[in-house]
Amino acid sequence: MNDMTPTREQREAKLEGMGCKRKRVEDIRFTQGKGNYVDDLKLPGMLHGDFVRSPHAHARVKKIDDTEALKVPGVLAVITAETLKTVNLAWMPTLAGDVQMVLADGKVLFQNQEVAFVVATDRYAADDGINKVVVEYEPLPPLIDPFKAMDKDAPVLREDLAGKTTGVHGPRKHHNHVFEWTVGDKDLTDAAFRKAEVTIKEMISYHRTHPSPLETCQCVCSFDKIRGELTIWGTFQAPHVIRTVVALIAKIPEHKIHVISPDIGGGFGNKVGAYPGYICAAVASIVTGKPVKWVEDRIENLTATSFARDYHMTTEIASTKEGKVTGLRVHVLADHGAFDACADPSKWPAGFFNIVTGSYDFPTAHLSVDGIYTNKALGGVAYRCSFRVTEAAYCIERAMDILAQKLNMDPAELRLKNFIKPEQFPYHSALGWEYDSGDYHTAMRKMMETVDYAGLRKEQALLRAAFKRGETREIMGLGVSFFTEIVGAGPSKNCDILGIAMFDSCEIRLHPTGAGIARVGSKSQGQGHETTWAQIIATEIGIPADDIMVEEGNTDTAPYGLGTYGSRSTPVAGAAIAMAARKIKAKAQMIAAYKLEVHEDDLEWDIDGFRVKGLPEKTMSMKDICWAAYNSVPPGMEPGLEAVSYYDPPNMTYPFGAYICVMNIDVDTGVYKVRRFYALDDCGTRINPMIIEGQVHGGLTEAFAIAMGQEIRYDADGNVVTGSFMDFFMPTAVETPHWETDFTVTPSPHHPIGAKGVGESPNVGGVPAFSNAVNDAFSFLGSTHIQMPHDYWRNWKAAKDLGAVA
Amino acid sequence: MAKTHITMKVNGAEVEGLVEPRTLLVHFIRENLSLTGTHIGCETTHCGACTVDIDGMSVKSCTMFAVQAQGSDIMTIEGVANADGSLSALQEGFRMMHGLQCGFCTPGMILRAHRLLQENPSPSEEEIRMGISGNICRCTGYQNIVKAIQYAAAKINGVEFREAAE
Repeated sequence: MNDMTPTREQREAKLEGMGCKRKRVEDIRFTQGKGNYVDDLKLPGMLHGDFVRSPHAHARVKKIDDTEALKVPGVLAVITAETLKTVNLAWMPTLAGDVQMVLADGKVLFQNQEVAFVVATDRYAADDGINKVVVEYEPLPPLIDPFKAMDKDAPVLREDLAGKTTGVHGPRKHHNHVFEWTVGDKDLTDAAFRKAEVTIKEMISYHRTHPSPLETCQCVCSFDKIRGELTIWGTFQAPHVIRTVVALIAKIPEHKIHVISPDIGGGFGNKVGAYPGYICAAVASIVTGKPVKWVEDRIENLTATSFARDYHMTTEIASTKEGKVTGLRVHVLADHGAFDACADPSKWPAGFFNIVTGSYDFPTAHLSVDGIYTNKALGGVAYRCSFRVTEAAYCIERAMDILAQKLNMDPAELRLKNFIKPEQFPYHSALGWEYDSGDYHTAMRKMMETVDYAGLRKEQALLRAAFKRGETREIMGLGVSFFTEIVGAGPSKNCDILGIAMFDSCEIRLHPTGAGIARVGSKSQGQGHETTWAQIIATEIGIPADDIMVEEGNTDTAPYGLGTYGSRSTPVAGAAIAMAARKIKAKAQMIAAYKLEVHEDDLEWDIDGFRVKGLPEKTMSMKDICWAAYNSVPPGMEPGLEAVSYYDPPNMTYPFGAYICVMNIDVDTGVYKVRRFYALDDCGTRINPMIIEGQVHGGLTEAFAIAMGQEIRYDADGNVVTGSFMDFFMPTAVETPHWETDFTVTPSPHHPIGAKGVGESPNVGGVPAFSNAVNDAFSFLGSTHIQMPHDYWRNWKAAKDLGAVA
Repeated sequence: MAKTHITMKVNGAEVEGLVEPRTLLVHFIRENLSLTGTHIGCETTHCGACTVDIDGMSVKSCTMFAVQAQGSDIMTIEGVANADGSLSALQEGFRMMHGLQCGFCTPGMILRAHRLLQENPSPSEEEIRMGISGNICRCTGYQNIVKAIQYAAAKINGVEFREAAE
């Protein structure tokens, strides 16, 4: 040893492994404009496709005349449902087990539905062509109000389902009914309500909104007639699933389909499903023999691809006088729009909404969900959440505040009284989940101490008294939210998409000089996988993260994975990465033992290599083992150093957190000010604290947007009135509050590195914190529940309705 | 449609092209010049992903015709790095402060921040927030973008960057 020998700390630091705030690899290209997004792709002879869309929410399509369109210079083809029928693609299956029109077949069922696809030499010519396609419509009465969907005389929307009394999820009660889904013990729950000392009941709506990533949905399809191969570059959060879907519906052998997700400009759930644009671009490429690009514009994105939420949740809690909850009963009216295109695991028509018991020890609960059709855009995607978990968290967190108000108890106190206790984990919830780990009381108390909760309540009491004396026009609200998420879908015993189990995968190859590549079945849309996945490997096998290249998104090279959404990447792909690394480490240990001439059991791991127990100077680094793997492996061992892991998680993971929002509202204008927002997250083991913090900031900003104004709204005729960024609330740096982040660490006991996932927690926990703050502010004026979104006008209206404004 | 010949300076180089009068500047930059770092997010001037610097002003190139840029001097994200190819103070700031995630808004955000710092070399947090309010980011919640711009301002001004306490 000499002075140049690095210390343990230096060796550790050089790895930039787990727990390190490693700067992102991706940023080198992104900050220089060298990202590679779908619309950046330019292929020789590439054509552009664009849609003729319906101006009506509900109408019969009498005639489509493309004569004039085909005369437009540059226009090569106009594809309609009739064209698609020749290849049996006028309709396609949705991930939720329903079917949807690719192009209008006889009818249109929502405004901006795709009616015809114009293919031209460039995007301007395609647009010219669209303007010349003449479509004759016969308007039909639109069905917009979900509460009228199952009226006896409600218009029939889905003529294709006529006479079908059973859907993929069981019996249909009405021509506009999609499914009914029930969970829990009804008799026991009804009995709990009969015996209850106190009950509350409220219809809590979570309005329709949209994920709206800054890059819209887009693709380039290129069919090679000679080879019979289809290549699709697209904004896909789940490229392998897209490949399988295309193979199943287009009847092209799966090995002849190449799906490539390059850099993706945000997803938030918008880019999980398959859209008509992909199918039409593929068909157009097959028809024309040229590559065809389809790029959605913003209005199309907001109005036609994948809305989120639109859940109307009638919620009841039974409780003792002291505030111990004894039962939960929820009925959801789920507005799915024209087709059920939820991107949920196939057996879960309402996703994991049965996490609705939240962080509380409910002895019994019962949930029923009725899905219905309306003349609105299709979808029901998980906008920055695990499947329907945001809706569930909002439902229970709002309801707990309503119960606290009825009991005249502090909402934080009520939560502390009903939390699942640390010793109850693993905890079996009344609606069927097994929570892996948690320490809710510690997280809640840390939040309350950090923000001086008691002090804030005192301040609020003083302000309320001053308001009542007429000395101020401001009111103050404290929005407490304590969420439990369920992420990491999911175990093959209960999760699949179209029959494919929801595992994920990683393949690691180490090269002779001690560098390597990891290919993973997940797909980053901004989460920074190229950075964090290498950190897991660095810690597991002692190769510096800088020496590991991470590659995702190419179905030819990446092992099959189910993609990135529902905060599943770290819980599932992250586990596969650790397991693949451990396979490599096991082989490396055999090589090291052979080279050091000791028994494997005499070796121990030491940061970046193995050393002989009791002889610390006798070591072999991973870098040297990599070299040896290619020239002097033990007799009988295959050379090389690589491994593949397909990880089927034994359980979901259950991140949780304690959030609080402190807000003042001017009753005369409805203008609010978020004075403070504190978010404590427990996502188990933390891989890169910098990235976690960034994820929390982003998720809170989306939660802020949703709670305070971001809505897809329809008028009575089915016109979307929030179809651009002018009307659809997108917070800028000016409106966005300052975020304070904090954490506790309760590792997942079943995950190889103890990590739980974090990307969606802030959206799940954030929305109820904002909404509870608004509701808490108004509660002393006599209100129990004000529906979201809480924009200035609605706040002013609430004040007026409560008599606080003349 | 008849095409018009246009010339302009982009990132220091003279460029020319034949465009229809209706061709948007962003399409000319992305498709004719193959400078794809300038992005399109909304096509209605709200999101700022297409922001470039034209004759010393931040301009959203999705709502300007290419012919209107005749004779102008334009900088896009591809022209921001230092002459030796290293990251500029702003590019470095965005990386060091984790001021980006998906990277889609980043080029427009950096171009806007570049002009902001030309106009106001030491902006306050409030001035930065107002200064970038024409640019939407869906990922970061802006907090780290503000820090990234503060980092760059400090570096350009030759003073030590101190992160504000939370």
